Amino acid sequence: MSVEQIKETATDANVLPKKLLRKAYDGTIIAMTYAEILLNRAIKDFGPEQIVGYPDTAYHLPVIMCLSGEKITKLGELVPILNRMRNQVRSELTMENSKLWGESVLYAAEIIETLHYLRGDNPKVKPWTGFLGDPIVRKHGIKMVDWTIPGVAVILGRAKDSPAAKKIVDNLMSKGFMIFLCDEVIEQLLEENVKIGEDYIAFPLGNFTQVIHAVNYAFRAGLAFGGIAPGEREMHLDYQNRRVLAFVLHLGELDDVKVAAEMGAIFMGFPVVTDQPLSEDMQIPDWYLSEPDYEKIVPLAMEIRGIKLTNIEIPIPVNFGPAFEGETIRKAETYVEFGGGRTTAFELVHMVGPDEIVDGQVTVIGPEIDSVPEGSKLPLGIKIDIYGRKMQADFEGVLERRIHYFANYGEGIWHVAQRDLCWVRISKDARAKGFLIKHLGELLLAKLKQEFPAIVDRVQVTLITDQTAVEEGLVLAREVYRARDDRMRSLTDESVTDFYSCLLCQSFAPNHVCIVTPERVGLCGAVSWLDARASFEITPNGPNQPIPKGPAIDEYKGMWHSTNEYLYKASNNTLEEVNLYTLMDKPMTSCGCFEAIMAIVPEANGLMITTREHSGMTPCGMSFSTLAGTCGGGMQTPGFMGIGRTYLLSKKFIPADGGLARIVWMPKELKEFLREDFVQRSIDEGLGADFIDKIADESVGTTVEEIVPFLEENGHPCFALESLM
Amino acid sequence: MPRYRDLTHTARPSNAPRVVEPKNPIRTTDPGTLQMLKMVEDRKLETVFDRVVAQQPQCTFGYTGVCCKICLAGPCRVKKEEGPASRGICGATAYTIVSRNIARSIAAGAASHSEHARHILHTAHALVEGHASDYDIKSPVKLHEIAGKLGVETLNREDKEILKDIVEIGYADFGRYQDRPLAFLDCLITVGRRNKFKHTNIMPRSIDGTVTEIIAQTAMGVDADPVNIIFGGLKASLSDLGGSYIGSTMSDVLFGIPEPIVSEANLGVINPKMVNIAVHGHNPVLSEMVVAAARAMTEDAKKVGAEGVNIVGICCTGNELLMREGVYLATSSASQEMAILTGALDAMVVDIQCIYPAVQTLAECFHTKVITTEFLMKIPGAQHLAFNTATAMDDAKKLIRIAIEAYGKRDPKKIAIPSEKHQLVAGFSREVLTDIFAKINPERPISVLTDAIESGQLKGVAFIIGCNNLKRFQDESHIAILKELVKNDVLVITGGCSAGAYAKFGFMSPLAVDAYAGEGLKSFFKTLEAANPQLSTRLPLVFHVGSCVDYTRGIEVLVAMADELGVDTPKVPFVVSAPEAMHEKAVAIGSYCVTMGVPVHVGSMPPVEGSDLVYGITTQIAHDVFGGNFILEVDPNIAATKLLDALEYRTWKLGIHKKTAEKNNTEVAQGW
Repeated sequence: MSVEQIKETATDANVLPKKLLRKAYDGTIIAMTYAEILLNRAIKDFGPEQIVGYPDTAYHLPVIMCLSGEKITKLGELVPILNRMRNQVRSELTMENSKLWGESVLYAAEIIETLHYLRGDNPKVKPWTGFLGDPIVRKHGIKMVDWTIPGVAVILGRAKDSPAAKKIVDNLMSKGFMIFLCDEVIEQLLEENVKIGEDYIAFPLGNFTQVIHAVNYAFRAGLAFGGIAPGEREMHLDYQNRRVLAFVLHLGELDDVKVAAEMGAIFMGFPVVTDQPLSEDMQIPDWYLSEPDYEKIVPLAMEIRGIKLTNIEIPIPVNFGPAFEGETIRKAETYVEFGGGRTTAFELVHMVGPDEIVDGQVTVIGPEIDSVPEGSKLPLGIKIDIYGRKMQADFEGVLERRIHYFANYGEGIWHVAQRDLCWVRISKDARAKGFLIKHLGELLLAKLKQEFPAIVDRVQVTLITDQTAVEEGLVLAREVYRARDDRMRSLTDESVTDFYSCLLCQSFAPNHVCIVTPERVGLCGAVSWLDARASFEITPNGPNQPIPKGPAIDEYKGMWHSTNEYLYKASNNTLEEVNLYTLMDKPMTSCGCFEAIMAIVPEANGLMITTREHSGMTPCGMSFSTLAGTCGGGMQTPGFMGIGRTYLLSKKFIPADGGLARIVWMPKELKEFLREDFVQRSIDEGLGADFIDKIADESVGTTVEEIVPFLEENGHPCFALESLM
Repeated sequence: MPRYRDLTHTARPSNAPRVVEPKNPIRTTDPGTLQMLKMVEDRKLETVFDRVVAQQPQCTFGYTGVCCKICLAGPCRVKKEEGPASRGICGATAYTIVSRNIARSIAAGAASHSEHARHILHTAHALVEGHASDYDIKSPVKLHEIAGKLGVETLNREDKEILKDIVEIGYADFGRYQDRPLAFLDCLITVGRRNKFKHTNIMPRSIDGTVTEIIAQTAMGVDADPVNIIFGGLKASLSDLGGSYIGSTMSDVLFGIPEPIVSEANLGVINPKMVNIAVHGHNPVLSEMVVAAARAMTEDAKKVGAEGVNIVGICCTGNELLMREGVYLATSSASQEMAILTGALDAMVVDIQCIYPAVQTLAECFHTKVITTEFLMKIPGAQHLAFNTATAMDDAKKLIRIAIEAYGKRDPKKIAIPSEKHQLVAGFSREVLTDIFAKINPERPISVLTDAIESGQLKGVAFIIGCNNLKRFQDESHIAILKELVKNDVLVITGGCSAGAYAKFGFMSPLAVDAYAGEGLKSFFKTLEAANPQLSTRLPLVFHVGSCVDYTRGIEVLVAMADELGVDTPKVPFVVSAPEAMHEKAVAIGSYCVTMGVPVHVGSMPPVEGSDLVYGITTQIAHDVFGGNFILEVDPNIAATKLLDALEYRTWKLGIHKKTAEKNNTEVAQGW
């Protein structure tokens, strides 16, 4: 539905909800003048030249940048903008005007919050978030606009009681929603020990005008992933309406300012449902509704926002969903743990024949966790047998890695690492709710079937907690790992006949094309060549398509006829050529979800890499956020490129530019993350085991002036390489 | 408005009647007053109670604030929601008219308290200049404390020199033109409030300037923006707070810091055998002298056959004298005429504020002499004795002589004094409360209070204040709310005519603790008493902090609690209630309390219902911005539950914030 259509449906209402509109108008007056008072006082205190902005963002004041294209950096610049917004507030009570009031209120709230940041008011402490920086937008924003996250709920006010708040949020979390919270509902959830915060995709923003941080989050998605230029107001609104499946739940008594802000939500295409009983003249059909029944409020909101769930219910006693992916379980909270070097453990997905499997069966061999005391450590084998007519041995590893994600979806279940290094914890809370190890099996079984219906026909899961049986299983598992590694090693760009495309991100970056090869993982880090191949099997018309390699145009830089041809079509005729092995000449484009970014450092004749996790400054003078702003959105930007972290370990890591030896700076965290394999690759490349220590990091410095002497002192090879430029 | 646990508790008042039994002229619950009315029921004497009935029904336009009389083209009234009748002649809509009217009320309130403060400053100034030989610095301790807060040098300086500097700062607060905050206000509040006031541009730079400014801002054809007008009003309310603080502090310096004192209240304190003089109004400058003079003039009284001179207080002058001198409190504002009805009141000496012009009309039926003393307060028919600080004692003696002379003209047939009177304990200045707490925790005295709240022994602190308003029966709401709060373990401090009500009914006594306090509150009192054997009396159910300028003592307690809890005032479990608000001063006080981040219950509707926008700001949005909001509720029992709800909201939220901070090892969240 386009914005125009929304306007139509909304204005079609036979009776104007005058009472609601009057309330919204009153709230708008309050918000506009309040912003004006704060702004002019701040100008008096700081002067119009005062620099303003939110932390950790390249998008200035996102609401303003998005809607009007103005990139605010100074306090004084806000005056004409606020005046423009004051001026569009007209007193006649019409639906048309109400949306403009809403827009004005969004501006006012953005300005008020900007001033709060300038003043250092109410610094946020965990779990309150305030403004959400770009790293978080990039981390979760893609899932929001590609609908991995089925919807976004903005909840404000206070529920009828704390258990009711918990119930709503649990329900939304188990459906995988992204949640923004404002006002007392936050305290209610904290009271009920509901897990909220950045780690759970449930953001407690703050109070009152801080709800704007849900809005500026959403608007940044259009800029970052939609590739929509700043100031393209209608296009941004259309993007919000189409891609951001958000709704607002207003709990507790209404007030003028909230109602006015909710007109802002409707302006963006997000309907509002409240638990307050409202008369007819306080409701807008399909857009502003009353539903006092807590059982019905979420289904109603989903219905009017058009959110449909494909998720299945899984019969386990804990909550389940991506909200819990970031949850950590500390030792003190652990009921039982497995693996992690403390006990023997392994996990294995194995393809079997049709006769070797009982579909849907979950077997536990050894003690169940209700029979062991708190604090126990048990061995663990997770053995998943899969039969599928289209299943291939190459997919085993792909599916096996899903164990990590699926297990972490469970509330109170924590999983890290893989294969025989895997480490699992189950929390006391989960145990108290009745969670058993067999439920882990149920969970994995259900998710594998749900996510991979095309290749998975039958699944059986065996969970082994008996030491002898685990050891037996481990022998088999290691054989499989070995065979798989041998196969992986044989998979090189040269050895395969097909590359794969990935257009997954075109839903939000319409011209971006990823080309995934065995030696170059997708820039999001999540799609390897095998993943892409499996995905193609699962959805033959999906985002991953084979590109028969054919003859090369330039093997050194990595250009093929076939890839160019594919690129041209898939990029909507905007890009003609791409080189896979260099970032200096027609490099691959970046969508917005890259794990890391490479950028040249001409003074050092090398490259630096920074990651989404690293929020600090870098030697190229830009933070990750700013860099992301310059090279995202599906453009070719020579000298800059988004990559997956593990691409650094590839033998095809920018070979045309000199490969690994070019790296002069990367964050410490990335060094540690890759260390072992990186050292091995350095040795293989003849750079020596200590090469990693010749690379500067933030402890050396974040400016060229700081790092160049370090590189020289440590004999970094960059200076001896051919000139990059 | 914060959303409270009780879902029925919304920003709107209950539908209780706005005027209870509008035709009933017996509009009081005060036993002394009831007795008095009974005694004179045959005599057809008109009192305030008759006039309330005569005024019914009152004008709805005025009641809801939509009557604009600011210019001569008016009065204009908002009659409809849409069209030309929804606006005044100039086009001012309901929100402009309502906000202008209420802002002007605040300005009047601020002007009143500040006029009072100015008079005290003048007295201090005269003392410094050597023109007020009857006055002295009774509390050098207070002088040094306020000097320290204001940054006035004290080392090796004479007290009068220090006082001179302080007076200059006080004067500067009245008339400063630079963009600097009121010094007295600035030194009273938390860092958080200081920033809030600055950032929202409501920190006043001068008292007079702010009052003038809001009058100019709300003149015909100036500000039409309700939010801007309200912020101007809030600025004026902060001037009121600053002015009150000058008044209260300087009164302590000149007349001493109140200490626990036992006295009596209600009409029974009028003694038929003595020359009775009522001091009525607000200002202690003259009345303190009257008390001193009375003590010196016993012999003169005996000459006319009386046993002596009996000074009794009415309204806040009564409170001032009760607090410092233990002077009996005859009655409170709405029942001021009752003192004359006894036929045994020989003179009523009045200063400023809350004095019914009717006292003179009524005095005409008796021998009682009404004497006005201030140049801006005169009543036709009443004697006027221009009071001068330079001749204070002489002036006071003249007043007493007038009373002594009148004593001889009493008509014995008209003497009818109710027997009703109650013992009370008053005199709980902030210093006294601190000393009492310090016996338990000398380093952090106020933690005794905050710990009791955090442990659940107490539910919080309620500061019950304000006037009488006869839309309901006199004192009924004061008493009902008090009973409910103390039953639920809320520590109550009080002042103004609310304190008058408690004193008259016997609630300001230790006996009331046994009868009305909840178990938590009782045990809290026991702990305090056990640690304070030096007190000559047990503690009363409510702590009387003084007159209406002394409400700053309540603010001092609030600020101390905030600092102790490590949060700003909006998170402190502290509520204010003005169950029977009447005066414009009450509008100013309520506004500064909201601005200070406190939920403020008002039991009589201010004229804001005519604009949903203004109503919404006062009851809801104010909380979002300042952390305080008005709770408008006319039914006292419902009001009490709302106040308890507001306290619960704060302890609940603070508890969760503290628990969360502990869990995450962070500072306590500062949001409210």
